Amino acid sequence: MKKVFAADIYKVFAKVSQKSKLYIPADDGVSQARFLPYMEGMTLTEKLNTGRSAKDLFFPQVENLLKFKVSGKQIEIVDQRDEVESFVIFGVRACDCRSFDILDNVFLYDEPADTFYKTRRANGLVITLACNAPEETCFCTAFGIDPADPAGDITAWKMADAFYFRGNTDKGNALLAELELVEADEEAAHQQQEAIRAIAEKLPFGKLDLTGFDKEHLMEKFKDPRWAELSESCLGCGTCTFVCPTCQCYDIREFNNGKEIQRFRCWDSCMYSDFTMMAHGTNRPTQKERFRQRFMHKLVYYPSNYGGVYGCVGCGRCLQKCPVHTNIVKVAKTLGGENK
Amino acid sequence: MREMIKAKAIELLENGTVNRVLGWKAGEFFYDLTPGIFTSREEIEETFEYSVFSAANLSKYLIAESRKEGKIAVFLKPCDSYSFQQLLKEHRIWRDRVYVVGIACDGMCSMDVIRDKGITGVTAVEEDGENLKLTTLYGDKTIAKADALLERCVHCKSRKVVVFDEMIGENGEEIPDSHRFDMVEKLEAMTPEERFAFWRGELSRCIRCNACRNVCPACSCEKCVFDNDKSGIAQKAAASDFEENNFHIIRAFHVASRCTDCGECSRVCPQNIPLHLLNRKFIRDINELYGEYQAGSDMDTKPPLMNFTTDDCEPSVVYERGGKV
Repeated sequence: MKKVFAADIYKVFAKVSQKSKLYIPADDGVSQARFLPYMEGMTLTEKLNTGRSAKDLFFPQVENLLKFKVSGKQIEIVDQRDEVESFVIFGVRACDCRSFDILDNVFLYDEPADTFYKTRRANGLVITLACNAPEETCFCTAFGIDPADPAGDITAWKMADAFYFRGNTDKGNALLAELELVEADEEAAHQQQEAIRAIAEKLPFGKLDLTGFDKEHLMEKFKDPRWAELSESCLGCGTCTFVCPTCQCYDIREFNNGKEIQRFRCWDSCMYSDFTMMAHGTNRPTQKERFRQRFMHKLVYYPSNYGGVYGCVGCGRCLQKCPVHTNIVKVAKTLGGENK
Repeated sequence: MREMIKAKAIELLENGTVNRVLGWKAGEFFYDLTPGIFTSREEIEETFEYSVFSAANLSKYLIAESRKEGKIAVFLKPCDSYSFQQLLKEHRIWRDRVYVVGIACDGMCSMDVIRDKGITGVTAVEEDGENLKLTTLYGDKTIAKADALLERCVHCKSRKVVVFDEMIGENGEEIPDSHRFDMVEKLEAMTPEERFAFWRGELSRCIRCNACRNVCPACSCEKCVFDNDKSGIAQKAAASDFEENNFHIIRAFHVASRCTDCGECSRVCPQNIPLHLLNRKFIRDINELYGEYQAGSDMDTKPPLMNFTTDDCEPSVVYERGGKV
C-alpha cells in the first residue's frame, strides 16, 4: 500500500496528467460534480458522486463513427476514430466501477466486440475511491458491491490527512511504481473500511430483496398487472437512462448537411416513443411497455443472459434524479421479494 | 393541511362527486412523492401524502385523465392552477370531468437544495413549524424550510389559486414584488458576448433527456417535432453545439406567452440548467412589448403571441431595442 499526504495529492495529479489525460470528479459550479480533465488549480469535489456516471468516458453519449464526403459521383469515406488517447480516471466509486463489468459483458465479450468501447477500455486506467459517506439512495451492497473496497486498476482511500493507494492490476501497479510514493501500513485503510461498512450496514435499501427477479419468473414478472400502476406517473423522459451507469442502448443516426454526411451513434432510451422503431412500428405503444422494458432489462433480462448478474449497481442516481420519484427500488419492492 | 386534503379526497370519492383522485403517493422516504391516482378510501389512507415535497405540478396529467370515463378530483397549488387554466384555455383539458380542489401553499422544498447545503444521507424528514427536522445516516439535522425552498418558491409570483371548485385553506394573493426577474435583468445587463457565453455554458450540459419538455404543461403536443423522424430535425442527442441550443430555444419560443412560469422545467432538470430564465426572459419582453400578461390567470384574454391587434409592436422593435443588422 502506498500513501500520499492530502496536501500532496494535486502534485500527484499534476504528475499523472503530464503523461496522460487525467479525469477527476470536480464541482461544475452548478451544485453537481462531474469528471473533468485535470488542470492545475482544480480541486476534488466534496460530493459523494458525479451527476453523470463514469460510463461516459468509455461509452460517450455521442460518438462520431465516420463521415461521407460527396463530390460529384465520388463518395469519400473518412474514418473518424478518436478513442486512441490513453487516460486515467480518478475517483470512480465502487458502483460505477462495477458498471464497467456489466458493460464489458455486452460490448467486449458478446461477439462481435464493440471496437470503440474496447479501445477506450484498453486505454483507460481506473483509480477507484472508497465511499466515506454513502447516501440514503445508495444500495450497491444489494448487488454484492463493497463501497469500502472498490475494484479498478488501483483502489484509493481518502482519510483526513492522506490518500492510500493499493494496486490491483499490473497496469495499476506500474503507475504506482512510476509515481514513487511512500510505502504505508495497511492498517489505516482497514480502519477506514470498517467505518464505511458500518455506515453501509445502515443503508435503507442495502439489503433490497430481489428474490424472484430471474429467468424462471420472467413471464410472471412480464405479465404482472402492477406495471400499469407503477408506470402511470412516468413522464417518458430519458433522465433515468441517461444518468444510469449501466444503460447501454444506442442508436446510429446521420446528420446530412447536403455536402457531408456525419454518421454517429448516440445513447438511446427505452423510455422514448421511437426506441427500436421498426418498419411495422413499435411493439411498445404506451409508456407502460416502455417503463416495463427498462426494469425488466435491469432485473430480469440481463441476469437471464449473463449468469444471474443484475444490470443495476445501486448507484442511486435514478432515485435522486427522476422528476416524479419513480425508480428501480420502488419497482423491486412492489414486484419482488415477498410480493413475488 | 395534509389531513384536510386526505379527508377531502375520501369525501369526494365516497359521495360520488368523482370516481378517482389525482394526488401524491408516498415514496420510500418522506421526500420522494410520486403523482398517483387513487380510487379507494384504503389507498388514500395508506399512501396519499401531502407535504412540502408535493412539488410536482399535477395539471398536465389531466390532459389524458379528463378523457377517461367519469370525473377526477385534483389538488392544485396556486402555480399549478395557472397551468391548469392555461390548458383549459387551449381546450386540452375537459373541464366538466375535473373537480378542482385548490390548496393554499407556502412554498415547496427540494431535497436537491437540502443536499446542496451539505446535508446528505437524509432518511426521514419531519415538518416542525418553520423547520424541517432531518434524520440522516450521519446524525439528526435541522434546516429552516425557507432555506430548502425551490427557486420558483423563493420567487413565488402568486399564492392565488385561479380556478377551483372549492378551496382548502385561505386563498392568497398575487405577489407583485417577487423579484423573479432579477436574474433576467442581470443577464440583460451583460454584453451579448457574455450572455452568449453564459447560455453556451448552461446549455452545453444538456443531456437531451427531455425531462423539461415532458414535464412542461405548455408542451402538450401529441407528437413533438423533435421526436418525429419525418420532421427532419428529430434528434436523440445533440450532434453539434448548434443543435444543443436549438432545442431549448425552439422550445422557449413555442411556449412563449403560454408559459405560466410554473418552474417545473428547472425543478426536473438533472443537469441543473436554469431553464426558467429563458422563459422569464420571454415573459418580461412580452410584458414590456404587449403590456403585462400572466398566462393562465384568466379564461378570457388571448396570449399576446397568439393574438393580433393593430397597436402590436412592429418587428423593427428589435432594432429599437439595440439589435444590430
